[in-house]
Amino acid sequence: MSDAHDNSLPALPEEEPIPNPGLPEHQWRPTDVDPKAEKRAERQVASYFVGSMICTVLFIVIYVAVDEDQTIAGFGASNVGLGVTFGLALLGMGVGLIHWARKLMGDHEIVEMRHPARSPEEDREVTLKALETGTEESGILRRPLLRNTLLGGLGLVGLPAVVILKDLNTGSYDVDQFYHTLWGATDGDDKLPKMRIARDSIGTPILASDLEIGDLVNCVPHAFYDPERYGLTEADVEGHKLQVEKSKAALILLRMEPDDIKPGKGRENWDVNGIVAYSKICTHVGCPISLNERTTHHLLCPCHQSTFDLADAGRVVFGPAGRPLPQLQLDVDEEGYLVAASDFVEPVGPSFWERDYDER
Amino acid sequence: MRLLNRSVGRLSRHRRGRLAGLVVLLLGLLLTGGLYATLAPAQAGKAESQEELVKKGRELFLVSCSFCHGKNGEGILTKRGDQLGPPLTDVGAAAVDFQVGTGRMPAQQPGAQIPRKNPAFNEEEIAALAAYVASLGQGPAIPEETDYDIDAYLESQGLKGDDYKEAKEAAITRGGQIFLSNCTACHNFEGSGGAMPRGGAAPKIRGVDSKYIYEAMLTGPQSMDTFSNGNIPPDAKRDIIAYLNALDEQPEYGGWGSGGLGPVVEGMWAWLIGLGLCVGAAVWIASHTTRSSKKPSKGVDA
Amino acid sequence: MSVETSQVADTNSTTPATAAKPSRVGMVANWADERLALGTAMKKQLRKVFPDHWSFMLGEIALWSFVILLLTGTLLTLWFDPSMGETTYEGTYAPLRGVHMSQAFASSLEISFDVRGGLLLRQMHHWSAMIFIGAMMIHLLRVFFTGAHRKPRELNWVVGCLLLLLGTIEGFTGYSLPDDLLSGTGVRAADGFMKATPVVGSYMSMAVFGGEFPGDSIIPRFYIVHVLLIPGILLALIGAHMLLLVFHKHTQWPGPGKTEQNVVGYPLLPVYMAKAGGFFFIVFGVTALMGALLSINPVWKYGPYDPTKVTAGSQPDWYMGWPDGLLRIIPAWETHLWGHTVSWNIMIPILIMPPLMITILMLLPFVEQWITGDKREHHLLQRPRNAPTRTAFMVSLMTFYACAWAAGGNDIIAIKLHLSINQITYFLRAAIFILPLIAFIVTRRWCISLQRHDREKLLHGYETGIIMRSPEGGYSERHLPISDTEAYKLTARDRDQVYVPEEVDADGVPAPNGRINALRARLSKLMFADNIQKPTREELEEAHHHVDEEHELQAAMEGVPADGHQFDGIHTVDEERLRSDD
Repeated sequence: MSDAHDNSLPALPEEEPIPNPGLPEHQWRPTDVDPKAEKRAERQVASYFVGSMICTVLFIVIYVAVDEDQTIAGFGASNVGLGVTFGLALLGMGVGLIHWARKLMGDHEIVEMRHPARSPEEDREVTLKALETGTEESGILRRPLLRNTLLGGLGLVGLPAVVILKDLNTGSYDVDQFYHTLWGATDGDDKLPKMRIARDSIGTPILASDLEIGDLVNCVPHAFYDPERYGLTEADVEGHKLQVEKSKAALILLRMEPDDIKPGKGRENWDVNGIVAYSKICTHVGCPISLNERTTHHLLCPCHQSTFDLADAGRVVFGPAGRPLPQLQLDVDEEGYLVAASDFVEPVGPSFWERDYDER
Repeated sequence: MRLLNRSVGRLSRHRRGRLAGLVVLLLGLLLTGGLYATLAPAQAGKAESQEELVKKGRELFLVSCSFCHGKNGEGILTKRGDQLGPPLTDVGAAAVDFQVGTGRMPAQQPGAQIPRKNPAFNEEEIAALAAYVASLGQGPAIPEETDYDIDAYLESQGLKGDDYKEAKEAAITRGGQIFLSNCTACHNFEGSGGAMPRGGAAPKIRGVDSKYIYEAMLTGPQSMDTFSNGNIPPDAKRDIIAYLNALDEQPEYGGWGSGGLGPVVEGMWAWLIGLGLCVGAAVWIASHTTRSSKKPSKGVDA
Repeated sequence: MSVETSQVADTNSTTPATAAKPSRVGMVANWADERLALGTAMKKQLRKVFPDHWSFMLGEIALWSFVILLLTGTLLTLWFDPSMGETTYEGTYAPLRGVHMSQAFASSLEISFDVRGGLLLRQMHHWSAMIFIGAMMIHLLRVFFTGAHRKPRELNWVVGCLLLLLGTIEGFTGYSLPDDLLSGTGVRAADGFMKATPVVGSYMSMAVFGGEFPGDSIIPRFYIVHVLLIPGILLALIGAHMLLLVFHKHTQWPGPGKTEQNVVGYPLLPVYMAKAGGFFFIVFGVTALMGALLSINPVWKYGPYDPTKVTAGSQPDWYMGWPDGLLRIIPAWETHLWGHTVSWNIMIPILIMPPLMITILMLLPFVEQWITGDKREHHLLQRPRNAPTRTAFMVSLMTFYACAWAAGGNDIIAIKLHLSINQITYFLRAAIFILPLIAFIVTRRWCISLQRHDREKLLHGYETGIIMRSPEGGYSERHLPISDTEAYKLTARDRDQVYVPEEVDADGVPAPNGRINALRARLSKLMFADNIQKPTREELEEAHHHVDEEHELQAAMEGVPADGHQFDGIHTVDEERLRSDD
């Protein structure tokens, strides 16, 4: 046993109630005592290995003969065939090896002595002495000026690697970007038309008269499909720029009975004939939402079940979201198409530190 | 027992047994019924006029639907003010065809989620009910096959061969993107269904008749939103249905898909099958093997 | 100690070794030895002894899964393109032709449909990752429940916890690489987590994504973390883990012939090479069969990531399920201080709880040592029942984990069991506090009652199931003594010692840290309270004496069938006749 130097533990009773009976007598296996059993076990192991080899060959055959189009029982034949043959080849090797170890390899229990984890005293002394001598020779303890300036230099010399990480983003770090979406692309420019609302993945702008009560429309800015109309170029709405805009500008429209709407303060004219528009991006961590329970106009996010009441200015009625869903003021242009009256008046999507609570 | 024929030999006395009359009666009934069934004039074979259909529908409606939906489909409120059955004045024939055709209606009880079950009515009866409800107001009509079936549509446009194949593939691709934009949030990426608030659910939409999918989008059953033709145009609806059918026809490339419910079920298999088999193998590997009470014949020291 | 180890065999061969001419293998070995001193290096390793028990192989599942991940992962890198550059797909999978997507997604489709065996590789890689983390978890539980984390293995425990943490992050970056809708939604959530960090959140988000979300840098950055940075650290840590295992030697269950100073088992060459090597093939084979027959992450059905699209049933992979669950059940706590938003509803489940849990895990051996004051080395394992408080604590943590995990799948539970998702959330908000408490209490009492049963067995023997009726009419059950082996196994455990602080030393000086020591003593008492200790020699002798007396009274029953001996596992039952046979 190791040291009992710890004074806080009382002494243990030395006598154990039952002494260690020692290793039990070895019991032989049938394969040790019966040559027939031994031979049979050998044959079994060999057949596992041979089976494995056959499966490997089958793998190659299937690889060559079966192409990606073929199916078997409704599954992809290539995947099933290659995987099953490879799997059985591996299992054949594994089972064979284990069977060999269990039945044929020597299985006497063997004893090995442990050594304490602690190094022996002599080794410790030698090492300590070496440490002392070495440290003394370096002079680091006697020369505080060298020591402190060394530490200072070492501490700082790694900083460049950290500092250059600032350019992980070569673009702007301005948080103001979070406050602008493509819905406001033409705000402030009288010559350009207001942003029409387009059906996502279909592309056509929406007439207010198109929608019936109960319709839920998944929308994006019309600029995605006709950028020039709004003073933008194709390059502004493709590639990862498009993805960035999508992550902020995704929108849902819902038409309900005008009487059902409880408008927020100052939002009495934000709807058009009972059609309301809200950001599709959840204010929790940013998943898009379009699970609407039509009968209650509750919008449920699939990620963490935040629920928003679309008839009540997007108020949170259940779940972890901390803020109501941003609403977009709607208007109708001369031809009757639904347009965004302006950009959102608050940042869409997840909360962030700089986000002001009051709307602008 | 008295009824047993014990006097086998005396044929004349037992030519008419006690049961003979009964047997003759049964035979007579069978004969009459059979003759009637084969020879009686066919009833519902001829086309009925619209009026008759609506009248028949009204009769069926009063018996099966009016308890919850009111005698004129105006809807009934409970004492507490909740809806027992919503008004049906503007739901249209399409809604009836969907609800009754999938067996959801007549519902056994109101609830967060009315389940699908075996339809209670046959096709003619459903047509009658649909005609009646359509007569109550303005609602969407039952779609034509070219509205919801891409093959029927392309054939009607006269496309053949490679043009046909290309057009169908383009429709499927478009439909997939529209499906992902509008439907997967509730019904999941391959239409396996998803949870809605307070016990509701967006049901599995795979293996469902194309017509019913069209009608469900059009009419917004229970808490589903409507996707009227002004929301998702009819050809886009047809594309979505084409995509769903393509998913059904597609092989499961990677093996059994476990119902298409995503990472939760995959994690379950990783634990039950993956770890289960590996730990099982470990138990086998370390287990004591068979022992014998004999000792080996060759000289060995322990 | 009383074990005589000089008589035990150290070889299995039956004939002595004879000198022979060096074979070809011998010549190669000689060449190597002349340069690497292999003879010295391998001196002790070839016949190194490992004890045998199935629960010692759980860590091996993780080890072999890691190897499989390296093999399948390296092959996958030959085809995968980690770029977010936009491309229009014109490949084999028809429903996505003409759709804009990133190169990463397009190359994932190519691997799945054009590379023969590519889908198999992807699926094997993903299944193996899930098994890897699961195996690490059950290995951690085994080590903790059996007390193998105690001195001198605390460092190995810490290394293990780091491996678990890194494995989780590796998995997350890995399944996000194909840039599909499901994993992209997870990356979006990660952006939300970053943004919720106070002060630096917005900047962190813009730095990591190279601009506003989603940017064009995240996939290549995840890629290099996933194939270079983390695997490098994992390899180093696994190396350290194995090295420590070899240095300290494996722990073993107490039993006849086993002591704190020895290891009893089988040698590395040949038995463990065969068993471990075979197990590698079996784990690999299971992974391959799963990759063949069970579909996982069918990215072509999700489609490329699009911030406007989402699927119902959006969950991370299972090992991230518990933080996701916490995120689902936490109430909408968000405070606003002087124009700044503090999102407790995100910080608590994601930024605070996971680091807290990992830290608690890592500190467990040290806290235990502080409470018990036990500074001895331990190489013999403890049965979980013999450490009731420790076992109950871990079960309580597991219950918490399970509640959070269930919360992560609340929408799947809702549709499969036809429940209301809102009710599930409300239930779990309460359950996550109450259930772990109940689990702790129940587990602890269960362990103690098992200890009591063990003590009964030692003192009074085992129950034979034979009911005796005395002439006065009283019923009693016949007990027979347990074998020496079993009795030894039940007593091969340490006695628990409550820590008693030293109040004043020999000269009457009060000890410093008085209050902390008092706390320590109280915790130690709580830890060992109600534990049933093994009987002392006197108690055993007294009990045996008592048993002998009873046997005397029942002497008339000896030799008669139903004296109970047929059930002691030593006598055969064949020749026994039942009374009804007469």
